[in-house]
Amino acid sequence: MKFGVVVFPGSNCDHDAWWAITHNLGQTAEFIWHDSESLGNVDAVILPGGFSYGDYLRCGAIAKFSRIMRAVERFAREGGLVLGICNGFQILVEAGLLPGALIRNRSLKFICRQVVLRTETDQSPFTSQLSKGRLVRMPIAHGEGCYVADARTLEELEVEERVAFRYLDNPNGSMNDIAGILNAGRNVMGLMPHPERAADPLMGSVDGLLIFESMVAALSHAR
Amino acid sequence: MTAITPELVAAHQLTPEEYQRIVRLLGRPPTYTELGIFSVMWSEHCSYKSSRLHLKKLPTRGPHVLQGPGENAGVIDIGDGWAAAFKIESHNHPSFIEPFQGAATGVGGILRDIFTMGARPIAVMDSLRFGPLDDPRVGARNRRILEGVVSGIAHYGNCFGVPTVGGECVFEPCYNGNPLVNVFALGVFRQDRIFYARACGVGNAVVYVGAKTGRDGIHGASMASAEFSEESKQKRPNVQVGDPFMEKLLLEACLEAMETGAIVGIQDMGAAGLTCSTCEMGSRGGTGIEIELARVPQREAGMTPYEIMLSESQERMLLVVARGREEEVFRIFRKWGLDAVAVGEVTGDGLLRVKHHGEVVAEIPSRALADEAPVYDRPRTRPLRTAPTEGPAFASQNLKADLLRLLGSGDLCDKRWIWEQYDYMVRTNTVLGPGADAAVLRIKETATSLAMALDGNGRYCYLDPRQGARLAVAECCRNVSTVGALPVAATNCLNFGNPERPEIMAQLVEAIEGMGEACAFFETPITGGNVSLYNETLGEAIYPTPVLGVVGLMKTRPPVTPAFKAEGAHVMLVGGLGACTLTEFGSSQYAKVILGELWGLPPALDMDYEKRVQAAVREIVNAGLAESAHDVSDGGLAIALAESSLEGIGAEVDLPSDMRPEFLLFHEGPSRVLISTRQPGQLERIAARYGVEALRIGETKAGTLRIRQRGRVLVDCAIEQLREPWRLGLERLLKE
Repeated sequence: MKFGVVVFPGSNCDHDAWWAITHNLGQTAEFIWHDSESLGNVDAVILPGGFSYGDYLRCGAIAKFSRIMRAVERFAREGGLVLGICNGFQILVEAGLLPGALIRNRSLKFICRQVVLRTETDQSPFTSQLSKGRLVRMPIAHGEGCYVADARTLEELEVEERVAFRYLDNPNGSMNDIAGILNAGRNVMGLMPHPERAADPLMGSVDGLLIFESMVAALSHAR
Repeated sequence: MTAITPELVAAHQLTPEEYQRIVRLLGRPPTYTELGIFSVMWSEHCSYKSSRLHLKKLPTRGPHVLQGPGENAGVIDIGDGWAAAFKIESHNHPSFIEPFQGAATGVGGILRDIFTMGARPIAVMDSLRFGPLDDPRVGARNRRILEGVVSGIAHYGNCFGVPTVGGECVFEPCYNGNPLVNVFALGVFRQDRIFYARACGVGNAVVYVGAKTGRDGIHGASMASAEFSEESKQKRPNVQVGDPFMEKLLLEACLEAMETGAIVGIQDMGAAGLTCSTCEMGSRGGTGIEIELARVPQREAGMTPYEIMLSESQERMLLVVARGREEEVFRIFRKWGLDAVAVGEVTGDGLLRVKHHGEVVAEIPSRALADEAPVYDRPRTRPLRTAPTEGPAFASQNLKADLLRLLGSGDLCDKRWIWEQYDYMVRTNTVLGPGADAAVLRIKETATSLAMALDGNGRYCYLDPRQGARLAVAECCRNVSTVGALPVAATNCLNFGNPERPEIMAQLVEAIEGMGEACAFFETPITGGNVSLYNETLGEAIYPTPVLGVVGLMKTRPPVTPAFKAEGAHVMLVGGLGACTLTEFGSSQYAKVILGELWGLPPALDMDYEKRVQAAVREIVNAGLAESAHDVSDGGLAIALAESSLEGIGAEVDLPSDMRPEFLLFHEGPSRVLISTRQPGQLERIAARYGVEALRIGETKAGTLRIRQRGRVLVDCAIEQLREPWRLGLERLLKE
């Protein structure tokens, strides 16, 4: 499988995602420059963490206008797998590919910490290798990870089982303890915690690999 | 034309003698722009004029050293064709005036020093000193400075994408008016890709890249070379404003441009900006540089040559590019959306020639600026100290209460509130992060990991600068050894008061000599660093605070951490219980926190024994014999035992000693490491081979810490009870 890792100016988890895919997962990955018009022939897309365009206006607000996002939107519409991690999640929300918004943490401070998540659905190409209720450990590192949405959106997310992961001990004030969500088509996931930082035993957890392995399983199945 | 009056010379912090020296070197009076250029280049901050003579006493060579002092950062060989560049630098003065931006640009500056060498930064650590947060008079200001500094470091490092993996944070009243912000950074690269800050090849292009030049930070270097007074707040405009996003782009663009082979030399524009980079590159290359200021990208209209040359706007670099290959480099900077402009060329005449719209506004021999700055052998007497030699009579009312109070005190409590604001994992190399004795970063491209630690103790150095500096080296090397790494090199940041006061100068010289002795003994040569003088406000100097950063090498493997892991392991003290006198106890955390006093001397240090303890610990850890390992330092053995217990597994120990219980529990004698193991016999055999004591003192035990002395219980405490003051200590102080 070939993963495409989009590089925006200011992305800084792009290498980490690439390393996790190529060295820990054993698949291939390539970087895709934000100014490209096409995603090339990748099987799945990762929008990595970082501070795209410095996050100066609002996290992800400028990245959504970059040229590559038109291709990402097309890819998502056609059913392609798109995983947005941290800043990537913020960009997906700004781009309207996922509902709701990510605002400043309740503490108003950046938080870097290992957290425990509960898997809320195994019915998705990102979580099929997990079971519902399974606890996984991976780190968060964000200043603006507090998930908010209007009541109807939240209701919809819950009823359609589109909350993928929930914090066990909510670190940032997210509504309904939400750490990650799926789009209606279940082919786009946004996740504030960093699975690519939980892909190597030396980093303290390999739970993040389960998400990437789920993606590989879904893609193999589709082939 | 501005007339050069004695008042103008004095306003530039140049003495009449220094001015005469300038006239002599030029053979004529300087222009206004030249006066400005000399004033920054000959400032203490840039010229090291008070310390240079003594810095020569530091060892700078060793089997791992590829580049010693004199470049943007030191470089060491880390094996397999790879190298590490690292350095520590202070940003004390700006951080007092404007904590957030001062600290942020401190991080930005040291990161540029690292990637200027061609290395990709992979770790940052910070050594911080503030006034007490609960100071009745200025506590609120101290809290504001701490919060500003921490968020400034977080803002810059997190956005840039470098993990902040450790450091230290200490509180003393002497830092009330003069906090210390020392930032260490380390990067890695291939040994055949080292870049130097030299302007070589007459005719090569001098290229300006990065942010535009504005009026910010003019005379920042001079500001950092003077004491603080009531007027210092007016110097806020002298503090620069950082843009970590711009710096991230600059990093990627520079590393990519270096791959082309078209870059001949490169230097960042930090203190003294365009002035420093042009004359130093020329001086090192044995060449001259001619630049046209009209071509320099400018943020503001109407800037004078003086302002352009002295601006300390951040996120700028100066490159020397092989003639004819400029376009290859420009293309890369365009891709990253950055300015890159040829502003001049390398010349053969050894002069820094500055033109503005064709008119020469400065023409100075590069060497005069960079290497012929005055060097002072400043007079010195005995090191300043007012603390008494002998301590008060005292007896603890309740040792357990003392322990809990110490655990909740500013220096010893949990610093999570600080380091959770830092992204300490980005780049996925952090094997061991904040909160441990040393940070450990794996190098993905090799089987090697780097361990690193920062240490300094102002109290020790105030009582005896020479001994305090030696102890800082010993402790830093011990921290690195405790995680299993061999210390191979060091960097130092020397924070002192006004060197024109003979008793302060004496502190500086004693500390440098002590550090030199210890670095030579522990085989950790100093590959670079920084001197920060004039750390005084309204005539009150800080404690002499040399801070050391040590880097060590080890095989990549899962980390050994301070925490006890499971019940039933043997708890051992490698190095033994140590010894203490009342005189030496006066420098301890116990004396500070419980007694509110400072007296006597720092702990005694037997460097030979210390070195053998460290070697034994490394062998024990690397043989996989240690379930946990933790250095005994600030707060003494009881604090080390408590810290190892905080995750839930405590210990039951019995100490075979007749020392006073207060000394036994809380003395800070060096050369001791607390280890838990399942193979005490093997551990003892290793210790014996190095001729060091390895004392079995007890066993790990869930949920409780019980410390006995020859059977008599000194402390009996549930882990929950230990954890509470430790976890909440800093937040409590911040909410005062």
